Amino acid sequence: MKEIIFNVFVLLTIIPCFWVALSSNIVHAAFSLLVTLFGVAGLYVLLGADFIGVVQVIVYIGGILVLIIFGVMMTQRGKLQPLSVQLPGKFIGALLSGTILVALILAATRSLWPVAVSLGEPEPTSAAIGNLLLGKYLIPFEVASVLLLAALVGAVLIVRRSVRGE
Amino acid sequence: MPYSLPSFLIVSSLLFCLGMYTVLTRRNAIGILMGIELILNATGINFVAFSRFLEPSQASNLLSGQVFTLFIIAIAAAEVAVALAIVLSLYSRMKSIDVEEYRELHG
Repeated sequence: MKEIIFNVFVLLTIIPCFWVALSSNIVHAAFSLLVTLFGVAGLYVLLGADFIGVVQVIVYIGGILVLIIFGVMMTQRGKLQPLSVQLPGKFIGALLSGTILVALILAATRSLWPVAVSLGEPEPTSAAIGNLLLGKYLIPFEVASVLLLAALVGAVLIVRRSVRGE
Repeated sequence: MPYSLPSFLIVSSLLFCLGMYTVLTRRNAIGILMGIELILNATGINFVAFSRFLEPSQASNLLSGQVFTLFIIAIAAAEVAVALAIVLSLYSRMKSIDVEEYRELHG
């Protein structure tokens, strides 16, 4: 049963991902990205990471993807731009990423991972993650919050300057 | 595929390589951003899968991989906000979203 659900989420993640990479319509690519991100959230939940799965849905699908779709809509006035490079560039890109894919899959399957002997049942992780964030990882946590604030202010500043400059 | 560590690593390798192909071949700046999101998601899957399947060196390291994934998600949010601001600002200046038209950025 678990394997069936796992395979369903793998297909849900991988198939739209091809569409993101290959589609010639940027709107289709954006909506395929939605399905891929949802599939990744499902994989997180299957790995026993309930909190990360929910955060993935809230932040990626509710935030980042909405931003990207807004960006797509705001930049599609006028004629549709050519979306990808011409054939030699495509071939080189496919060759490079194909080579890396083969290398990564060989490394993943041939290595001897120190896998835990028995997988425990997944437990609720929110409390433990909260303790880690405000304990062992307090400084990275604060740095991340400062980074988010800086990104917010920086994004507003960049766009305002360009609007005023016009 | 069986529910095991190599399966998750293969899935994340596929995500990574498709993201890399997207970044390499798209000319649409927002398409490139989507490729970067795929790559970041591949990293997140790797971290969570390792934290689930591998034996932790100390008991306190049990959920460290998940905490790192949280940081990746936070950084992705910051990155996409700034990148979209830059793309929209370039678009309002050049009236184009094709990265090959941004040649005057060479300096």
